[in-house]
Amino acid sequence: MSDFQPIILKNITDLQNIEVYMKNGGYSSFKKALKLTPEAIIEEVKKSGLRGRGGACFPTGMKWSFMPQKTDKPKYLCANGDESEPASFKDREIFEKNPHQFIEGTLIACKAMGIKTAYVYIRGEYYPWIVMLQKAIDDAYAKGLIGKNILGSDFSTEIYIHRGAGAYICGEETALLNSIEGKRGMPRFKPPFPANFGLWGCPTTINNIETLANIPPIIENGGEWFSKIGEPKHAGSLLYGLSGHINKPGIYELPSGTLLTDLIYKYGGGVKDNKAIKMIIPGGSSMPPLTADEIEGLKMDNEHLKSVNSYIGTGGIVVMNEDTDVVKVIKRITKFYYHESCGQCTPCREGCGWMLRILDRIDKGMGRNEDIELLRDVANNIEGNTICAFGDAAAWPVKWAIKKFMPDFEKKVKESVELPIANKVHSLRLTVQE
Amino acid sequence: MEIKFTEENLKKLEEAKSHYPTNDAALMSALWLAQYQFGWLSTDVMKYVGNLLNIPYEHVLGVAEFYTMYNKKPVGKHHLQVCTNVSCMLCGGYDVVDYISNKLDIGIGETTPDGKFTLIEAECLGSCGTAPMMQINDYYEENLTKDKIDAILDKLSKS
Repeated sequence: MSDFQPIILKNITDLQNIEVYMKNGGYSSFKKALKLTPEAIIEEVKKSGLRGRGGACFPTGMKWSFMPQKTDKPKYLCANGDESEPASFKDREIFEKNPHQFIEGTLIACKAMGIKTAYVYIRGEYYPWIVMLQKAIDDAYAKGLIGKNILGSDFSTEIYIHRGAGAYICGEETALLNSIEGKRGMPRFKPPFPANFGLWGCPTTINNIETLANIPPIIENGGEWFSKIGEPKHAGSLLYGLSGHINKPGIYELPSGTLLTDLIYKYGGGVKDNKAIKMIIPGGSSMPPLTADEIEGLKMDNEHLKSVNSYIGTGGIVVMNEDTDVVKVIKRITKFYYHESCGQCTPCREGCGWMLRILDRIDKGMGRNEDIELLRDVANNIEGNTICAFGDAAAWPVKWAIKKFMPDFEKKVKESVELPIANKVHSLRLTVQE
Repeated sequence: MEIKFTEENLKKLEEAKSHYPTNDAALMSALWLAQYQFGWLSTDVMKYVGNLLNIPYEHVLGVAEFYTMYNKKPVGKHHLQVCTNVSCMLCGGYDVVDYISNKLDIGIGETTPDGKFTLIEAECLGSCGTAPMMQINDYYEENLTKDKIDAILDKLSKS
């Protein structure tokens, strides 16, 4: 269907098996990296233009260069596999289909930054995938690829899995650190940044699973090769996730900058029942939604999505057909943020609940004329006023849905304002579960 | 019942402790082990875990309360956690909840009188491409249909 050869989700049977992986050139990049200096590895990653795949799109090479090379303290690497953003389900695909490439990337990262301990943080719900990855790690230990004096060199590193227990916020890098330390997953103030003061106060780097899985091919083929894949400002392939009203949902690895219409119609098999599109979420539930008018000719990478005031996030695309009730969808998303707010910052803790109550009454035919303005006001007061980006993530879908789908909100409010009082009484008691 | 980890779990805990520079960090692993052995985290269980790791009970409680997967009250043998977040909702996640709720005659958060099933509504479980879906204890059941749910519940009720 496409000439593009996947870099991560390669079309090789049983690639999760270490023998198969090694037969196909696996761990050769790591062996190559063992002979390179840390600076040379980081330089190669910088040249590649690889950006973090967790949503913030921070240049990976630059992040690595922030780690102090000379320090008395131990250094740590955390691989972020919390993957709790609604509509994201890419990392589990890596654990299932190509775990060794991720492990190899982790080893190269450890070599580049002089790290002796790496933690892989995986959400608690992913138990079957934790078992799969643990098996892969055990196999790599057995081959002497992880552990002390790897392959006879003076380089040693350990990789451990840390299982989460159900908290979206632990995907936020500093909350993740607290969670590994055995605390409640509440984000920390930045600065100090994790590169200087991370796990147990030691220098720490946090990378997404997909980011690390991209490292071996970069070392193998060079940064320049990687920088030519996809869009120059967001190089490489992306694991796009298609879900919602779509004929062929799933994960598709394609070059960054693939047309959204191609993703939906060429790869995703089009909208279910051949319906028209009402709304699209381009990169996980917290990213500002798009209207049907905006998707024509839109390339899916961070730079191009900025032109329609959205971001690539984790690449989780949700397609919604013409019959979708926008208010209901936004209410459901807000309920998620209300449930997951760690409760540390007042604007987020109180604001998410407030937005949910307003959306709930609009949805239930109890809306008031001033509600839309109030909703926008609350969202604006959460955005930018919290320790971590969770506040923005909760505010954006509401704020941008109002902006882009105003008629839907107005229609529901108008209907409820015009509803006779007698019809309202039965739903006066608003019930918001949990 | 005396609350005490089995020898095997004590060994697993020692191993978890060896992964971290502090005892505190092994708390989440310890709570998982406790939940598997005792079914849920009662006050006594949390106190026991706190003593083992030399962590104040209040801290253990704080952590247990923060993470939704730790059961702070007893749950049925089969914990049905149906995702209703956006992708599942679009594909009928709420219909799945309603269907199971009617079939088992329990509401959300309730357990059947025989203690076999507990039904809850879960947040996104990262299975959006195979919606609607639910998690039963530690494994996923995906692409649910009424027939599939019938078959699953039928099988589980006999076990």
